[in-house]
Formats: sequence, C-alpha cells, structure tokens
Amino acid sequence: MNLTLHVWRQAGPDAEGRFETYPAQSISEHSSFLEMLDVVNERIIADGGEPIAFDHDCREGICGMCGFLVNGVPHGPLPGATVCQVHMRHYQDGDELWIEPWRATAFPVIRDLAVNRSAFDRIIEAGGYISAATGSAPDAHAVPVPKENAEYAMSAAECIGCGACVAACPNASAMLFTAAKVGHLGLLPQGQPERYTRVVDMVATMDGEHFGHCTNHGACQVACPKEISVDYIARLNKDLRTAKIRKSPNIR
Amino acid sequence: MELNARIPAGPIQDKWTKHRFDMKLVNPSNKRKYSVIVVGSGLAGGAAAATMAELGYEVSCFCFQDSPRRAHSIAAQGGINAAKNYQGDGDSVYRLFYDTVKGGDFRAREANVYRLAELSLAIIDQAVAQGVPFAREYGGFLANRSFGGAQVSRTFYARGQTGQQLLLGCYQALERQIGAGKVTMHNRHEMLELVVVDGRARGIVTRDLISGRIESHVADAVVLCTGGYANVFYLSTNAKGCNVTAIWRAHKKGAGFANPCYTQIHPTSLPPAGEHQSKLTLMSESLRNDGRVWVPKQQGDTRPPDQIPDDERDYYLERYYPSFGNLAPRDIASRRAKEMVDEGRGVGPSGIGVYLDFRDAIQRLGKEVIEERYGNLFDMYANIAGENPYEVPMRIYPAPHYTMGGLWVDYNLMSTIPGLHVGGEANFSDHGANRLGASALMQGLADGYFILPLTLGDYLARGGFDKIDTDHAEFRAAEEAVAERTKKFLSINGKRTVTDIHRELGAILWEYCGMARNAAGLKTALAKIPALREEFWENVRVPGDGQNLNQQLEHAGRLADFLEFGELMCHDALDRDESAGGHFREEHQTADGEALRNDQDFAHASVWEFKGVGQAPVKHREELTFENVPLATRSYK
Repeated sequence: MNLTLHVWRQAGPDAEGRFETYPAQSISEHSSFLEMLDVVNERIIADGGEPIAFDHDCREGICGMCGFLVNGVPHGPLPGATVCQVHMRHYQDGDELWIEPWRATAFPVIRDLAVNRSAFDRIIEAGGYISAATGSAPDAHAVPVPKENAEYAMSAAECIGCGACVAACPNASAMLFTAAKVGHLGLLPQGQPERYTRVVDMVATMDGEHFGHCTNHGACQVACPKEISVDYIARLNKDLRTAKIRKSPNIR
Repeated sequence: MELNARIPAGPIQDKWTKHRFDMKLVNPSNKRKYSVIVVGSGLAGGAAAATMAELGYEVSCFCFQDSPRRAHSIAAQGGINAAKNYQGDGDSVYRLFYDTVKGGDFRAREANVYRLAELSLAIIDQAVAQGVPFAREYGGFLANRSFGGAQVSRTFYARGQTGQQLLLGCYQALERQIGAGKVTMHNRHEMLELVVVDGRARGIVTRDLISGRIESHVADAVVLCTGGYANVFYLSTNAKGCNVTAIWRAHKKGAGFANPCYTQIHPTSLPPAGEHQSKLTLMSESLRNDGRVWVPKQQGDTRPPDQIPDDERDYYLERYYPSFGNLAPRDIASRRAKEMVDEGRGVGPSGIGVYLDFRDAIQRLGKEVIEERYGNLFDMYANIAGENPYEVPMRIYPAPHYTMGGLWVDYNLMSTIPGLHVGGEANFSDHGANRLGASALMQGLADGYFILPLTLGDYLARGGFDKIDTDHAEFRAAEEAVAERTKKFLSINGKRTVTDIHRELGAILWEYCGMARNAAGLKTALAKIPALREEFWENVRVPGDGQNLNQQLEHAGRLADFLEFGELMCHDALDRDESAGGHFREEHQTADGEALRNDQDFAHASVWEFKGVGQAPVKHREELTFENVPLATRSYK
C-alpha cells in the first residue's frame, strides 16, 4: 500500500518545528506502524537525509517507550494498543497521516517525535512506592490479599508510563498516570502505611511539573493503551480529600 | 587470565551461609564513602542499585532508555520460579536446584545454582512487600502454575506481565533512593568504555544520547547488568535497543567472556511476516500447557488447518516425547519445529511456522476458561497476525530469546577484572547451556537484591583504592577512543544503512550459528563475518552528527560490537565439539536426534580472552564438577 505522511520535524528542544511530507510507498499491510516508519527512514537515509527520530524499544506494547499522535490520536486508531502494536492493515491505500509528538508543557520535545517524559519519574519518586528495603520482607503468605483487590490493583499497575493520557487530555493532566499508581498501591494491604502521604506528595509533584488539572474529560481512559479506568481518578480524589482533612495524612 | 571461581568449601546447602559470614563488612557509617556505578536498570541492575543505596553506598545508575522503568526485563511474560512449595506438591530448594542444573544440561556451576534456588524464596517475599500484584486464589494466597518443563507448580505470575510488575517494584524502590539522593540516575546515557586503572575497574565513559556529550564517571567499583546479546541475530524477541556493547567493551579491556555460543531459541514466537520485520514477538510459553503443536503429515500440504483431518496431522512433540509432550524443554521444542519446516511441512504463507492449536482445549474446557487463562495473549496474537486464534490455530516459530553465555564471573559475581561485577543475563553464571522457563527473572533479582550488594561490600571492605578523578590518563584515553570512534562512524558516508548490514549479520548467524550448528557451517560464518565487518567500516552510512539525538549513530556503535562479538560466538560454537542444551552440533546427536554431550572433554566453561579484532581469541577453562547432581543424559521421553 502507498500512503502520504506529514511528519513533525524538529531538530532540537529549542529549534522551530514544522511538518514535512514523505511518501510511504510499497508498505506491507503486515508491517507494524513503526516498521512502516523504519522503511520510510531507510529511504530518507538512502536519499542523503536525516531519518525521523522516534522513541521505541520493545515493540511489543509493554515498555512504554513509543508513542506519538497519528491524526491527532495518541498511539493511532486501535483501542488498547500502543503505536508499535498498530499494524498497517488498519489503514487504507492512499491514506494521509499526520504524525506529531505528544503536546504538553511537561513533555518538552527532544527531537522530532521524541519527548522528555522524566516528569513521570519524578512523580513516582515523590511517593509512588512502598518503603520496603531489601531484606525487610515477611513471608509472602503472611498477609493474604483478597483476589478481587489483587486483580483491581493489577489493572491499575498495568500502566506502562507512555504518556498517552497526558497527550489526550485537553489540559495535559497527568491525573490518570498518578491515579493508577495511587490506586495500585492503595488497594493492597502493603500500601496502607504510606497511603495518604503518598497521594499528597505525588499530587503536589504532579502540579509542580506543569501538568494541567483534571476536569473529568475522560479522554485519557480512551487513549490509554492499557485501558486503565478513570475510576482510579475517583479513588485518588477520595484519598486526597481524606488526607487533606486530617491533621496529618497518615493519622486516622 | 586466572580463573578462580572462589566457591566456598563445605556442603552445598551451607556454602552461601558460610560465605556470608566469611565476607568482610563495611561499617554502616563508612558505606557512604564508597561509590558504585551500576550500568543497566533492569531487574539485576535496578535491584542492585536500589539495594546498595538502601545500605548506604553512593550509587550512580545508567540506562540508555528514557527511564529506568523501560529496561527489557519488563517484557518477560510468563512468571518467576520460587521453591516456596505453597502448593504442597513436593517442591523444595533442592528440587529447584536439581531441575536447574539438569535443565542447563550440566554446564552450570552447582554452587551458584544452589544459591539461586535458595534465594528464590526471599525474592517472592520482597516482591510482595513492594506491592507486586501477583495472581492470587480466592482465599487470598498466591497462585502458582507449572511452567516450561517443570513437574511442580512453582511459578508465580502477574497476568502475562510478570516481568513488568517485578521491574516496576524494583524501579519504584530505585526511584525512592533517587528521591532520597542516594542514587544519581543517568537516563539516556550509553556506556561506551570501561576504565581500568592499576588493574581494577574504576569507572566508565558514557555518551549522553541527547547532547552527544562524552563523559567520564569514576567509582570504586563497576557493576554491569546490561542484559543479553540475542540481537546479534538481528531478529530476536529482545527489545530493539538490547546490545552487547557494555560487556563487549569490558571484554576488550580484559574481562573473560564465557560460553558465548549458549543461546536460547524460544519455541513460541510469531513467525516473521516479511522483509520489513524488525523484531519477533514472543508468545508466552505457558500457551503450551493447553495448546497442541502439530504440522501436516504430508509435505507441502496447503489446505487450511480445519480441513486437515486428525489422522493427517503430526502432533510431533507428543509423538517424540510421550510423557512431556507439548511441554518438552525449549531447546528441544525449537529444534523439532525447525526440523518440520526443513522437511517442507511448515505452515503459513511462508512455510515457516508450525501450528499451536487450542481446538481440543476449547472443546474440553470451554472458551471461557481458555479466555481467562490466555485472553491477553490471544488478543495480542489476533492483533499482530490478523487471525482469530479461537478459530484458527496459531502459527508459531522459534526465535532467539535469551543468551546463557556472558562475562565470566566467580561466586561473588566478579569478572576477571577486579572490581568489575556482572549480574543478570549479562553474566554466564546460572543457566548452563539452557535456561528453564521463569528462571531469568529469578536470576536477575537474586543477583541484584541479594548477592551483588553483599559481595560488592566484601570487595569494597578490602579497600586499597587510590583517590583518582576523571583527569587520570586512563579516562582521558578512553574518552578520546570514544570520540575518535564516533567521528569515524560519521565520516564513512558509504552506501549501506546500519540496519541493512545488521540484517545480513543476523542472517549469517541464524543460518550457521542458530538452532543447529556444524563445523563446516561455522567455518563459513567465520569467513563471512570479518568480510562483512570490513564492509561495514568502509561502506556504512551514518547520517547526521554527534551533537544531538542520533539513533543511527547509536545503532552503528552497537552493530560494530556485534560484528566483532559474532565472530567470537562462532569460534566458541566451533570449539565446543559436543551438543549441550541450546548448543546443538549436528555431528553430535543420538540416533533419535537428541543432543549428545561429551562430558569427558567439555564439562567446562569456555572462557575467552580477547587478543585483538580479527585475532584468534585464547581459551581458558573452568572445569565444572558435579558433586550433587550426578551427570546424566537428559531425557524428556
């Protein structure tokens, strides 16, 4: 199949960007979206140009490294999939595609389609963990965890940190990302001792990193390649309210 | 090159306990005076960095990805073994030890394997304490399943994302230490040189992948947890960025490389779809618990699978191995699949593939049960292959997946360069010639959480470190070497792309040093690889410059190392004139096609010393003794 690509090219964080047009010719419908870009890049190099930079690594939808907008939609048209998992059979011969990086103040462009998502690491750093130093653990069966809780925690823990939620949000909020971690750890008995300081600290860091506020649009849930529910945002808000009306977050 | 494995004396059950007592300790208040560099942030590296920081050491950690959370450990699907015996089915530390030594086809070091089995217990405890949401039963206790070649249920899992969840536990512990100021994290940095001063590893030189800056980092010890080298085959299940560079550069600085020919080909990957294929996607081998593997009995049978009646199907694994059937170990299942394809009985449009069929399991258990067990894997398959596996059998084919070889390490996980420790897939230590399913996560975390933090402490406590800084001549020389090399890549301006040459290297290795090898083929490869390397240095085109994000330049550096490493791999495969585990030499097989070991001449680890690019490497041996698991021929019949 043959397509026309309009790709955002930007030489560096401070450079001005613009769309450039490239033909993508004789593309196999069995190739993935990133493999299609590989083919285009090989031709750009052969023609003496500089290939399109895009982040990627595992190419099986789990590392969270890849991600950009295709026709304005994070990770392209397939629900529950990262862009590396989208295959070209989902497109028609002759399609025109606009490809651009995540757009958010908190995710500055590094080059072309690659952005800096370190702000996510700093949100985790602020409290997205259970303080359990190596060697301090009791036997794994010491505390049973109801299956439903474990499953519900797992559904939040599936977050791959790709940033699609931020890119989809009209406010560029990181609420779904933060809520997924707050939900994952807060649903488990091991996560209870730090439950309320965790939510306060993570939300404060999220705000400090220039993510926008959540106004319950729900676009994040639709864009999320792991289909993480906005219900976790409700849980975060509940925990945050509880923490804020207490004298000290973790004291009942 | 001296190889002293430093295996503690005494009965195998007591070695680690005794060794922990014998090791020197660093006083808690002195730990902050010691600095450690950890390269790699996967299960081994991330766990080691976090734990050493918790203990009080000054840690710097490096990864080439944009966040430590993305290391390739994240892609492991199936699970992690531990001898908890929570199912009461007769498991024990000794059984896990025994299974791992046997599964490795008697080419691993017993003492290390026993320690691994012992530590498996604490890993699960640690992960649960961190909030890893393992699968549970209704009573709230942990669920287990049987996995790839094991006859007990000892595998813990978190849906099909066990590696991801374990890595996130480890990453979160690491982030806690970054927040506490005990770990300095360097994302998007690639290690390009190891710096050895007065015979000891004292630092690394890195390239900042965003700015292109070449930087030196000094420490008292260096730990490499940089994963395996399966991407030497170009097509593998590894992430695109996985590479041999860190351990290869260390090898060139004097670290012995052990058993590079031991590579694992995973039996259940999706078959390649065409020339554009950039990597292969693994389907968890847990699928083999309920799926039946078959090909048509007739060569060139192009009928759709549902029109081939049962008596015209060859369920070859069940036929060859009546007791293990479709759960035969990875190396055996892979080789048999290739045999079927080579006989012209492969399936799918390319004829490269075999069926993995769930028809009978769906009839027996119902679609709901299969959906509950494998739903996400079935969805993944449907998405990639464009076919519905509930109705049409999956097509699978073997793919390079894991590499058992790596830098040689002693019982302390220290390489032949003092101060250079190696953990996880990057070392050679625990899996012998073949790794059992769900054992990679276990090894990475055992090394990272429980072994390296203690053995490094012992090394540091022995002291004797001169104060040096990055002005030292060795650092200057290493920086210059990196700058020179970068300049060279950018100046060649030839006609072939990096990917094009990498694909050719991969094809050579897959053909001659893949699932089955023979002397003539390996000699052919040993002639082709240097020629291709020469072509690379004359005819590669690396566009752009070195002052910003340049992914072609990164790939060129990694490929240049693969082009040297691939030759060593073939040397080792040619030298190891026997079949063992994942290393199958066609000259050495039983009448029914099983691997035939030669314990007389090859019950050793081959450790190679670098002598120069294009020069024959020099072999050293670590003899392996089996005092607890008697040498026996593996049988899965």
